[in-house]
Amino acid sequence: MATTAPNPATLSDLETASAVACFHCGTACGTKAFITDGKAFCCHGCQTVFELLSENGLGQFYRLNTVSGVRISEKPPQDYTYLDEPSVRAQLVEFSDGKVARVRFHLPAIHCIGCVWLLENLFKLRQGIGKSQVSFPRKEITVSFDESVLLLSDIAALVASLGYEPELRFSDLQKPKASPATRRLNLQLGVAGFVFGNTMLFAIAGYLGLDVFDGPAFKAMFGWVSLILSVPVLLYSAADYWKTAWMSLRQRRLTLDVPIALGIAALWGQSTWEIVSGHGEGYFDSLAGLLFYLLLGKLFQQKTYDRLAFDRDYRAFFPLSVVRLRHQASTIPDEERVALSQLRVGDRLVIRSSELVPADAKLVRGGAVIDYSFVTGESQPVEKLEGDYLYAGGRQMAGAIEIEMVKPVSQSYLTSLWNQEVFQKTKENIFATLTNRLAPRFTAVVIAIAVGAAAYWAFVDPAKSLKSFTSVLIVACPCALALAAPFALGNAQRVLARRNIFLRNANVLETLARVDSIVFDKTGTLTTAGAGEVSFVGRASSPGQADFGPTDTHPLSRDEERKVFSLAVQSTHPLSVRIAESMRGRQVAEPVIAFLETPGCGIEGRVGDSEVRMGSAAWMLGGGAVQGTAHGSSVHVMIDGRHRGHFAVTSTLRPDTGNLLGALADQHEVALLSGDNERERARFTALFGGEARLRFNQSPLDKLGFIERLQSNGRTVMMVGDGLNDAGALKQSDVGVAVVENIGAFSPASDVIMDAALVPRTHELLRFSRNTVRIVRASFIVSTLYNLVGIAIAATGNLSPIVCAVLMPLSSVSVVAFACGLTGWAGRRSGLELAPIQSISPSTSFSSSLRSTDTERENLVEKEDEAAIPVQGRATEVKRL
Amino acid sequence: MSVILILIPVSVVVAACFLAGFIWAVRNGQYEDTCTPSMRMLADDAPVKEPKQDLQKNE
Repeated sequence: MATTAPNPATLSDLETASAVACFHCGTACGTKAFITDGKAFCCHGCQTVFELLSENGLGQFYRLNTVSGVRISEKPPQDYTYLDEPSVRAQLVEFSDGKVARVRFHLPAIHCIGCVWLLENLFKLRQGIGKSQVSFPRKEITVSFDESVLLLSDIAALVASLGYEPELRFSDLQKPKASPATRRLNLQLGVAGFVFGNTMLFAIAGYLGLDVFDGPAFKAMFGWVSLILSVPVLLYSAADYWKTAWMSLRQRRLTLDVPIALGIAALWGQSTWEIVSGHGEGYFDSLAGLLFYLLLGKLFQQKTYDRLAFDRDYRAFFPLSVVRLRHQASTIPDEERVALSQLRVGDRLVIRSSELVPADAKLVRGGAVIDYSFVTGESQPVEKLEGDYLYAGGRQMAGAIEIEMVKPVSQSYLTSLWNQEVFQKTKENIFATLTNRLAPRFTAVVIAIAVGAAAYWAFVDPAKSLKSFTSVLIVACPCALALAAPFALGNAQRVLARRNIFLRNANVLETLARVDSIVFDKTGTLTTAGAGEVSFVGRASSPGQADFGPTDTHPLSRDEERKVFSLAVQSTHPLSVRIAESMRGRQVAEPVIAFLETPGCGIEGRVGDSEVRMGSAAWMLGGGAVQGTAHGSSVHVMIDGRHRGHFAVTSTLRPDTGNLLGALADQHEVALLSGDNERERARFTALFGGEARLRFNQSPLDKLGFIERLQSNGRTVMMVGDGLNDAGALKQSDVGVAVVENIGAFSPASDVIMDAALVPRTHELLRFSRNTVRIVRASFIVSTLYNLVGIAIAATGNLSPIVCAVLMPLSSVSVVAFACGLTGWAGRRSGLELAPIQSISPSTSFSSSLRSTDTERENLVEKEDEAAIPVQGRATEVKRL
Repeated sequence: MSVILILIPVSVVVAACFLAGFIWAVRNGQYEDTCTPSMRMLADDAPVKEPKQDLQKNE
């Protein structure tokens, strides 16, 4: 582990204050640690969990994982009572018989053995909870509970209080029933493997000449037993091939499945004929082995896809239910929680701090500060007045407001954006995939050769005619060809997933390899989203003096900084969050009395014995006409009526952005599109170079149009952007890359979801994709060579069962090994391996920690904690939507 | 060598038993999640007592 030597200047600070790590979450405790049993905790939440766990004899949690890394939210507990509303509840509960109910929650915070252990021991924490089972890969918990004792909201609140806030997404309400696809595939594979093993046993006896001793009795018996065994393979294991081949024939398209099905049919037909007529011993072992390998490839593919359970439902961004006012006329309106689907135009809704506006609406009461970052990409919230129009997808950043719906949820702004024709264009149809492009030709050639051979032998030696026809199809059966692409692309996908780059499907790799234009979004992509550079510009002059010119810097004292921190953590305002983030670890929050957030102005409250105010200059200094700094945003601070200066919050570039742009400029056209204003143009012109196109003040539709223009010039465009705001551009681009700080968050329109820390390595991703496609082509060549050799023998009408049995599995295995080995090697070679350790997702670092030694594991756990904290914070943010 | 005529069906039957076992395991959901059980066994101090009644039984 990289030991960061403490800076001598701050060493004394560290020793006196924040050297102690929280026993529960591992965060530095700061000056005021909460102490229980001689253990320090950073916050009350962590302390509570510890006490809860030790009271109930679950102290082992801390032995499994010295610091749990689950940071307990400092925000007040969320209200889950709406879950008990029958219409919401009915959709969440999987099973209920009036006494016992079972519910499944998605808990993104699950990341280690400790989590699994703790969550599976929930029954010790609360009476009425039965068995709880965790699925680690899906980060889900299934809990049974006694309905007479507990409510659904109790369960949600309990897991949330442990730090595992359930992610209640709209798509949970519409989740498809668990598909039995994998189960069926497992069974088909098992049957094929069973038959493969047994028929191989019989076939070897035949090859070794067992009949030399006892005459043809064994031959006949083995043949018939194999024939009987092959029936389940033909009817059950190969069922999907019959289906897809039949489908593609009906659509008059030749896919790779057609010769496979034809080959299986020919193999089985000829083998059966040989057995029945007593001419030979058939190729049943080849048939079973063929299906075994084909299904193995399919299972591998499916496992890869399952891991990336991509949710392309944009509605996941919306809250599950909102508060509706029932009696608008009466003086004291009733509040009720209703599901989104029940909302009608004209309904009055209450939107609390951090909630999303579910549909276009008119602001009726209260001061709204709406963050449209999901819609426009602009991170600065917009102030709205009563009577103003609010767009769906905006997020209320201040106190509660009352709105009246103007449009139904289904037709709101985001939805209509989504429903535009251009958004619905499916890229899959435009770009035929590599395999499908080659398949028809291959299939046609094979069938032509088979027919040609049959025709030739019909004149020369009619006895060989049928044999050569079926032999060509058998040996040309493109199993190696069919396996090459899925295995190479599937393995490449896994290689990338291990590095926190997730592809929508394997075909994305092929498109990535063709990319020649790259368009970057600015906010959150090239610059970090939540961690702007915060610097304090101090000021020593006396209060009341409305002079904001540059002054000497007088940094805040530790005491003052603590007060500012205490106030800032109370607010969900982005600037407060950024300022608080910049001090986190150094400071511990004190209780704040009389906290007041004045929408659009600032926050104030009493910390200890001081009045602290933070906010805009205009608000703080009584409307004096003062200007903030020209760059970024500034937050002024006033302590006990004395103006102390302001925080300048800028956005920071990700490290290595310069290198990235340099590496890309050689082979690609690079452009920048930003929804932000032009204040950083000079900085980016220097980075991108004079020729690159930089566009500022871009609306989502502008971005879309820009990409369309590039595409109409014949470019293959990759768009690297962040969140819903770029949805249109991401969808329009040939490859839409959504950059996320937290892997749990998803962007619906994207083809690739990439860890934000990896943005500076985009060029490595492109290079890796190109290498992968090269490997696929090479695999195709290798398998084609195999087929040519086989066909050459087969066309002569002299194909023996041994050659067939050896050639086919061997070609499959060697091509798969070739493809997987090379992609793995390319992955290790790529610079993606050098990704910062912090970017490792919890699940990834867990699996690697299992393989690693104990010391390594400790290191990983510690590093993981560093990463887990911001991830958790961010996850909470997303969930609150 | 004619004993092989008996041994072969016996071997097929034995193999079929394993196949049946595999089918049972798949149907039983043992292949659904192959990751979490491996973590569960690492928490070696198994829960002292199971939930008083296994509520899942009522499924």
